[in-house]
Order: sequence, then structure tokens, then C-alpha cells
Amino acid sequence: MQTHNPHNQVHSGNEAYGALPRKEDARFIRGQGTFVDDIRLPGMLHGAILRSPVAHARIVSVDASAARAHPNVEAVLTGSDLAERGLAWMPTLSADVQAVLATDKVRFQGQEIAFVVARDRYAARDALELIAVEYEPLPPLIDARTALDADAPLVRDDLAEAADNRIFDWTAGDEAATDAAFAAADVTVGCDMIYPRSHPAPLETCGIVADYGTVDGRLTLWSTTQAPHAHRTLYAMVTGIPEHKIRIVSPDIGGGFGNKVPVYPGYLCAIAASIVTGRPVKWMEDRSENLMSTTFARDYHMHGEIAATADGRILGLRARVLADHGAFNTTAQPSKYPAGFFHIFTGSYDLQAAFCEVTGVYTNKAPGGVAYSCSFRITEAVYLVERLVDMLAHALGMDPAELRMRNLLRPEQFPYTCPTGWQYDSGDYPRALRLALEIAGYDELRREQADRRARGEYMGIGLSFFTEGVGAGPRSQMDILGLGMADGADLRVHPTGTAVLAISVQTQGQGHETTFAQLVARELGLSPDDVEVVHGDTDRTPFGLGTYGSRSTPVSGAAAVVAARRVRERARLVAAAMLELSAGDLEWADGKWRVRGDPEKAVGIAEIAMAAHSSLELPDGIEGHLDASAVYDPPNLTFPFGAYICVTDVDPATGEVKVRRFIAVDDCGVRINPMIVEGQIHRGLADGIGMALMQAITFDPIGNCLGGSFMDYLLPTSMECPSPELGATVTPSPHHPVGAKGIGESATVGSPAAVVNSVVDALSPLGVTHADMPLTPASVWRAIQGRPLRPDITG
Amino acid sequence: MKVTVTVNGIEHASDVEARLLLIHFLRDELGLTGSHWGCDTSNCGACVVWLDDTPVKSCTVLAVMADGRRVTTVEGLAHGAGLDPVQQGFAACHGLQCGFCTPGMMLTARWLLNRNPDPSEAEVREAISGQVCRCTGYENIVRSILWAAKHDGATDANP
Amino acid sequence: MQVPAHVDYERAATVDHAVALLVRYGPEARILAGGHSLIPMMKLRLAQPDILIDINGLSDLRYLRIGGGELCIGALTRHVDLLESAAVGDHVAILHDAERVIADPIVRNWGTVGGSLCQADPSEDLSAAFAALKGTMVIRGPDGTRTVPARDFHTGPYQTVVAPAELLTEIRLPIRSADRGGSGDAVSRGRGTGTGSAYLKVARRAGDWPVGAAGAAVRLEGDIIADVGIGLTALGARHCAAAAAEDYLTGKPPGEEQLARAGELAAEHCRPVTDQRGPADYKLHLARELTTRVLRLAITRARQATGSETTWPAA
Repeated sequence: MQTHNPHNQVHSGNEAYGALPRKEDARFIRGQGTFVDDIRLPGMLHGAILRSPVAHARIVSVDASAARAHPNVEAVLTGSDLAERGLAWMPTLSADVQAVLATDKVRFQGQEIAFVVARDRYAARDALELIAVEYEPLPPLIDARTALDADAPLVRDDLAEAADNRIFDWTAGDEAATDAAFAAADVTVGCDMIYPRSHPAPLETCGIVADYGTVDGRLTLWSTTQAPHAHRTLYAMVTGIPEHKIRIVSPDIGGGFGNKVPVYPGYLCAIAASIVTGRPVKWMEDRSENLMSTTFARDYHMHGEIAATADGRILGLRARVLADHGAFNTTAQPSKYPAGFFHIFTGSYDLQAAFCEVTGVYTNKAPGGVAYSCSFRITEAVYLVERLVDMLAHALGMDPAELRMRNLLRPEQFPYTCPTGWQYDSGDYPRALRLALEIAGYDELRREQADRRARGEYMGIGLSFFTEGVGAGPRSQMDILGLGMADGADLRVHPTGTAVLAISVQTQGQGHETTFAQLVARELGLSPDDVEVVHGDTDRTPFGLGTYGSRSTPVSGAAAVVAARRVRERARLVAAAMLELSAGDLEWADGKWRVRGDPEKAVGIAEIAMAAHSSLELPDGIEGHLDASAVYDPPNLTFPFGAYICVTDVDPATGEVKVRRFIAVDDCGVRINPMIVEGQIHRGLADGIGMALMQAITFDPIGNCLGGSFMDYLLPTSMECPSPELGATVTPSPHHPVGAKGIGESATVGSPAAVVNSVVDALSPLGVTHADMPLTPASVWRAIQGRPLRPDITG
Repeated sequence: MKVTVTVNGIEHASDVEARLLLIHFLRDELGLTGSHWGCDTSNCGACVVWLDDTPVKSCTVLAVMADGRRVTTVEGLAHGAGLDPVQQGFAACHGLQCGFCTPGMMLTARWLLNRNPDPSEAEVREAISGQVCRCTGYENIVRSILWAAKHDGATDANP
Repeated sequence: MQVPAHVDYERAATVDHAVALLVRYGPEARILAGGHSLIPMMKLRLAQPDILIDINGLSDLRYLRIGGGELCIGALTRHVDLLESAAVGDHVAILHDAERVIADPIVRNWGTVGGSLCQADPSEDLSAAFAALKGTMVIRGPDGTRTVPARDFHTGPYQTVVAPAELLTEIRLPIRSADRGGSGDAVSRGRGTGTGSAYLKVARRAGDWPVGAAGAAVRLEGDIIADVGIGLTALGARHCAAAAAEDYLTGKPPGEEQLARAGELAAEHCRPVTDQRGPADYKLHLARELTTRVLRLAITRARQATGSETTWPAA
């Protein structure tokens, strides 16, 4: 287990950044976390959802009378019950509508039909079997590739204007310039590849405790949400309960990974049930519900093409994508980008031109698409370009590292505007690639590969170089449901010199309670132990769009720093008053305001705080206390990047793949807590192994979901993940207050291509040039036979 | 069904349905919410507790099967005010992020170290191979357990 | 998490008591051992017995005994007991190979050998291992005890010959402990008689059910395969065994050509299904490939044996 991290920052004095142990650990290692299912309220009832067993059917009747008669059942809500209250449908984050409880039709297997409320979870589950539903089956649309056929079943006949299953068409880039680049190319390589449907599957499923107070009309929710404020606004709009009477508490969350961004029907059902029964109602989904109905990820059917000169200069990229969104368009991404940030598929290379078109379609499957650390579809984009680059290397007979090195953007080109309009902020790409190659011992690996091939052994070396765009985003360009993606931070320094920072983002394990304390501590010369981070309670925190898209550090972290610097400037005024000098006589050094030329005379924030609350006469410009707020509107995304190398050994007779080594060099700008940064990378590498080798939600031809449990939706274990070998470079973001870029999704974005490239590299002597994820043993074997398996439909 | 289960050294007598799963008995009857659940098919191991000194997946055991037996949960891992070296190891080595798999991982770790005080990395990985973590990629969990192996015998209170 | 339907519960004090309870409650009663096959099915409500008869207290059903030329495994033996038994490793390495890849370490702590066999999941590994070892199942019922060859135990997916009022109590594997091991056993070493067994499994991930698996137990006499058992898991092999391949190999030298032919024969008699673990053609390929590989491994072990492996009686 090695890290090649040259940045072994050690916490020393006021430095504050560094590998600090986490403050939040104290409760978790004692089993004293508070997750939503741990919440118990007096009189609390339990909800359970009856779900459709079929993918597409008209609902003829729903008879809940036997369930209502169950002695332990308090209420049953059906679609028609909700329809009476105008709650049967709700808006999605993509300006579509989604059924809360089905009324006319069911449109995917697992869709919500009825909500039972009972005294305990066992009774609720029993009562589901007492609800009689009559379905009239309809032909299901399962194969996205047939969604736009003339005779395809119509999924969304509820939409007046829907003539077919098309959701959107979207393009980016310059088609004519791209066509010209391809026409001028010596070599073009094209490939169909699918990024299969997968699922974030956080270990804690989604759930809620809804408590509507009939006397004061206040709705309190404990909810697994990554975006509590946005949820609050949405609930206000949907339920009519005034927003100032809604409080959402996101307690400890057992992983989010994008799964806990949307508002799910179960949440609204619990709220409605609490209103109807006058008691708190808890709804926790089980794992099959999580996998079958909550937001999946990916499901992009892509055709990509790359054009180059004979000596390996990449000229252009083209992509045509069919995006399967399932039965409702519930994807969460900035509203102007229906395909998210996919158009960053230009990758890390100096191209002349690029063009992409994405068509989104409905199918009779669960809704979703944007989730699982995708940075709004950058996972799909990076996978496409990195596979194409490897295929180009193969076609040219060129080493894939050499081809990349030849085409990577150079440091002097930054800030760089790519052919589809993204302005990458900073980067030294060749340095990162060189470091990765060095850590891997790349030349030695290629020699070993040659030796093994001569012995009939198949070893692969796969690279992936990625550029991420995170920290959404400038509010003028980016909003979700009309809410601009700016985030706030409130900072108060108490008289005795300790501070409380309230932030809008919501940790699900990323360590905000520690890293945000470090951010503030560094700005104010405090110890991180003296900064308490408050998050997740909408009554106590400023508005923001939540945690996903790696935006916590770039956006909310920036807000925290700006607020801290405002506090520091106010402190300067107070310090000047304390020392009977003018503000200009002071300089900030070693965590204190110090008199220029007289370093012995200095005051720290703690002393200043007391003075700011005292009867000291204060100058103009400060009213008293030592508080400040900020709302940070990021001027741009930030662009972390990395170079990954994966070494695999493949047994072609059985198709088994073993991941031997995973080298990852990441650049996320300034690292606040390298230990936490590395932990994020470890996870993303495991994600890549999982998605590349085993994770996919597949369906049979009539729409039965075959990935509805962990027996079939396989997650990697400790046995599949080698000890990662990490390296780091630091290229600060020029526009972020401390130069940090965000890291949460980088490894999930960059790693799958490295694994797939590795396996294809291993098998290239057998004539394999591409194989779709997941590369299960069967899939690998079939690829070798030249009869590949379709990963989206089985049987 | 009347059952008597000794949990973390304290005897509890309850009347439960035969179908009540041990994990729900611990969480809902006894309020010991440190053990979690995360799947329907006995795969994830968030529910691991000790049943008579052996880690089991408590979602796949009925409470009635624990009648007359001892159960140890994460709440019983610490030694009075002092943390077990396993707990210290997880904190020292960033072996947890969201904390949801952590109780089960720590109980398996403690069991492993009780039988094999100096495990290899491979043995550690094998011991936790039936438990899922979605946050750490397992690396720091393995490091935490190896740290605990080196520091076992020390039961300092957490600072 | 999903939860079981209502069920009644009784605890058996003895084996006879368990049988009596089975008789009393009829076919909707189910034996509860480790529960790691049954309880998951109950949670998904694929199994909804009326009553559970808990036999976990029957400690006299949990044992590993060698004697009288047999290794006897009590049905309540936990998977971990098999895996940690040196005697099992010495005599029947195939069981260690198989147990190492059954489920995961935590499930193996509590799940039982008998429970896995009686659940009879088509992808369950021990059935094929015991088929390869040509073991015998001991079943107790209201009318007494009967034995059934391991190969006849399974009658279909989730179906065994155990009748509703019966209980599997023991699995017997033939060994000859007098031939076992030792520096003095010049006879067996000199003649080159050795036994070896092995199990190989392909799965999509650690702890997963097999896509396909094969187990083999061979006895070599000199340079001839005197006796061989081949068990196949999840590959649609009748009774989890490759009888045609076994018949072919018996009396043949253990050469690559013979092993390849055995693999082909094994695959010829498999009818695997296409599912999310893999398509049928791949599974047929695995039947061929894994049979050949596991035979090769078992034979290698037989050759290495210094007499410490089980010797086999004539078929």
C-alpha cells in the first residue's frame, strides 16, 4: 500500500490544512450516528409502498378495502386519494411531471401504486398484500434503440403534446467544422459503445420521517436528501404549505452519490400521510425499491468517432447519443443542459473541432439518469473519449500513453476554451501523465506484457486521462428548477473566540464537518477544533443547491472562505480600535492582525471577538459582533483532472478479469485535507472497477428489472479492489478563493475507462477492439468469440 | 414468543413475533440503532453483530434464534470509557466516511483480531469480503484494521 | 429491508422431536437451521411456511467424525466448521476449495451444510462437491433412517428427496483412514496410489453464486484413473454430476487428451439456462473448460499425495 503523494501536509500551528483526523468520526465509531431510520417519534407510523409488478399497463382498478380493514393499518393512500388533493403528480427536476401514485397507467416495473400507513413496518408490509390491483398489460418499451420507431409503444400518453417517446434533442459544438476535420483526417475510428444503466446504491437507502403539526401547520421532515433547501422549496410549491413553515433536517446520511438528490414519490406520500393521519410517518425504502425505482445512472447508448492525422494528432471528435431516461424525465442537472455536461467529451486534448448530438427518450423503466458521481454526464463523456483515444492508438499502432502525451493540452494553453465552449481553468496535464507513468513503471509493465504474451498470458495496461468540470455553477448559466446554483455561508465568531459556520451543502460522508472547519480556521488563525460546522438543517443554514457534482468545495467552500475573509476584515477594524491605530497600520500575519513594523503587537481573532462584543467604541464600517455571510456565485466551473493507469490480468478461457494495480494521479487544485481527498479517490477507483466489471441494471425483454437486489446488482468487495497507488499534482484554480477544485467524483469519472482500456488491451492479440461494460466473465468470453452480449437487455 | 437475550452484557426479556429479525429487535425493540441494515438479500453486512462471539448477519437471523444467547453490537465494543483499538484505528486511518457500514466492519475486525492477532493484508481483505462499503473503496478500512492489530492491547480513551 | 410473513415457531429438543413436529405440522412446516438459505427466501416471501422448527439446539447434529472408513458430517455443521477442519482439508480438499468460495466469511459462520443441501438452490456448490465425492445422505423420518446416494439427492431446482416429515441428519463420505498418511506407508507410495480432489468456480465477483463450477475427486493407481467423480454446479448437469465423463475416464490414463475429452463429454450432457450470470453457450464452454481444469488439479494433487488423501473404494 503506497502513496506517492508528495504533499504530506502536516498540521502545524495556524496552517490548518492537512491530514486532520475527522471530527465526525467520534459519533460514528461509537454507533451513535443519527440516520433517518434511527429517528423515532411518539406515535410514529410506518409507511410501505405497493409497487407495480409490470412495466406497462393500464390500471383498471385499485381496491384497498381489505388493507384498510387490517387492524394495524391506519390509512391507505391511492392515486385517486392523492388526485383529490392535487398531489398525484409532482414536478421533476427536469421540468417534466412524475406520478406520485399511479392513476391512469403504470409506466415501469416498481412504479408506486399505493401507500399503506401502519403501526409498524411488519404490518405495513403485510397490508401491501391485501391491496388488489387489476392491470391491463400493455406492450412495454424496453429497448431504448426502438423508442423512436413508428410502432413503439407510447410511454407518456399523459403528456398532451407527446406524439412519440422523444424527450429532447440537443447538440453542442460546430458540426460543419467537425465534418471538415473528419474529411481532412488520415485516420478515423468509430465505435458503438454503451455506458450501461447502473445505480449509485448508497448503503443507506432513501427514506423520510414526515411530521405535520396540525396545530401550528409546521411540516418537519427528517430526510435523506443531498439538497435540503431545494427540497424545501419544491415541497412548498407542491403541497401549498408555506415555505417558512417547512423544516427539513438531513441528519447523518449513509452515502448519497446522487441517489439522494431527487424528490421521490415516497417522500410526498409520507408527507400526505402525516397530514391525513395527524401523526409522524416514517417511510424507509428497502433495497429492491432503491434499485428498482430511485434514480439510476448513465444508460447512454453512444456512437463516437475520432479523427486524426497519420502521425497521431487528433483533429476532431463526434458523438451521437441515445439517452434512456426511463418513464419520466427526472434527471437533475442545470436546466439549460438536458444532457448535462456531456459536451465536455472533447476531453483533455487539443482538438480543432467537435460536435455531439444527444437524443433523450422515454422507456418503460425507472426514471433517472443523472446520478452516481457523474458530474452531470461527464462520466459518460470521459468514457467515450478515452475509449476512442485508445482505439485510435490501436489503429495507428501507437502506444496509448504516447498518443495522449502528443495531444494533451499544454499548460500555456490555459485558460483553455474547448470546441464546445467550456473554459478549463488551469492544468498541467503532461506533468500528471508523466507522474502516473512513473509510479506505474510503465515501460517495465509493457516489457512484462510482451513477455507474458509470448507465454500465452494476457495482461492489460489501460490508461485514462480525464478533465472534470465541477462546482456548478455560475447562476446566470446554471439553475435547477429556476433556482440559481449559488450557495451561502454564515459565519459567527462567539465572544470567547470560537466560531460556528453554517453551510448550505450537506455531507453524506465527505467530511464537511472537518474540511470546512479547516477552511475557516486557516482564514482566521483558529484551530479547526474551534470551528463548528452546522449543516443539513434548513432552519439553521443558508440557502443553497446542495451537495452533488463535487460542488461542496468549489462553491460552498468558497462561500465559507469569503465569509471568513469578511470576518477577518471586520476583525481588522476592531483590532485597529483595540490598538488605537488605523486599519491601514495592520497586516495579517501568522493568524493575527499585527502592527506593521512592530510584530510583537498583534491580536488574534479570539481576543478581537471579545472586543467586538464588548463596549469598546467601534469605528465606522462595523456595527459590532464578528459575523459575516456570503453567497458565492462561482464565476466558472473548476476543472480537476487526472491520469489513471489500470493493470489487469485476464483469463481468456474463462473470461475472468483480475485488477492487479490501479495507479491514480489526481489534481484537484489545493488540497485542504489530503487524507479526505485520498479517501474520495479510493472510492471512485472502486466505482470504476465495479462498473467496468460487474455493475449493471439489466432488464428482460418484457421489462422485468433483473438488478433488483444485491444478488444481481453486484458491488465490488475488498477482494476486487487492489490497494490504490496514488500521486498528486497541484494546479490551483485561478478563480477559487483558495485555489481548490473539488474531488468527490473525479475517480468515478476517470476510472471505468482505465479498466476497460486495460481489458481490451489485454485481449487485443485475440482481435478484440472493444467490449462493453460490465466485463463479466461471460461478457469477456463472448467478446473474444466475436459475439458480444448486450448489457442492457438479457434473454 | 418470549425471548431472553443478553445484549452487550445486559439481559433483556421481550415478547416478540417469531418472524422478527434480530436486526429489528436490536434497533426497534432495544433502541440500539448503531447496527444498520442496507439490503434484502444478506449481501451487504451493514447488520453484522456478534451472536455468541461470532459475527453474523443479523438481518438473516430471527430474534428467537438469539434466545438464551449473547449479542454484541457496536455499542458494546468500547471498554467503558476507553475505545477499542479497532475503533481508534478507524478514526486514525480514515476508515469511515458516512459511517453506515462502520459498525459491522469494526465488529468483524475485532473478531478477526481476536483469532488472528497479526493478520496479513490479504487475510484482512478476506475477512471483510462479505461486507459492502460504498464510500472508502476498502483501502482505509484495511489500513485501520492493520493499525488496530499493531496497537492492540492499548485501550486509551479517545482524546 | 423486506421482512417475512407471519410464521409460527417451535424449538426441537431432539432429532426425534423435530421429526415428530414435522409429522404434526405437515408439509407447511420447515426446518430452521442456520436460516441463511431459508430466511432470505422468507423475507422475499418466496417461501411462506406456516411454522418453523428450530433445530439449532441440536448440537449432536453438529460434528465432523472420522471412523469406520468414513468422514461423517453432521447436517448442522456450519460452513466455517468444514473450512476450518484440518481433517477435512487432509481427506477431501474439494470441500475446502468449495467452502472458500461459498458466500462470504460471515454467512459461513452461521449457514449450515445441511441447510444448503436441502435448500437445493441450483447454483449451490456443495451438492456438486458431494456428488463428486460420491457421498451418501442420511435422512431420518418417522419410520426410521434411510440413506440416499448424494447423486440422487436432488430432484430439481429447490427439490430434494427429503420428504415433508423427514430431516437430513448426516452426510457420509467414504475414506480409508488406515491408508492415510504417514512415513510408514511405503505400500501406497511405492505403488503410486493417490487420491486428490479439487473444486473450481467462476463467479462474477467474490462471494457470488457461481456462473459455473466443477469439482472432481480422483483415485490414481499407477498411471491409471481408477475412480473419478465429477460434480458440476449451475451448469444444468443432471444430479449435479457428469456421469458420462466419469465413465469415459475410468481406466484411462490422466493425459491432456483424455481430460479434454472428459470436458467435452461433461458439456454434452449439460443443459444450462441463459440468465443474468451468463448465456447458455458460455456456460457450456465453462462446463468443458472447468471440468478439464479441475480434473487436472485433482490429478496433480493425487500425484503429490503421500497417502494423506482419501483412497477410494471401487465404484
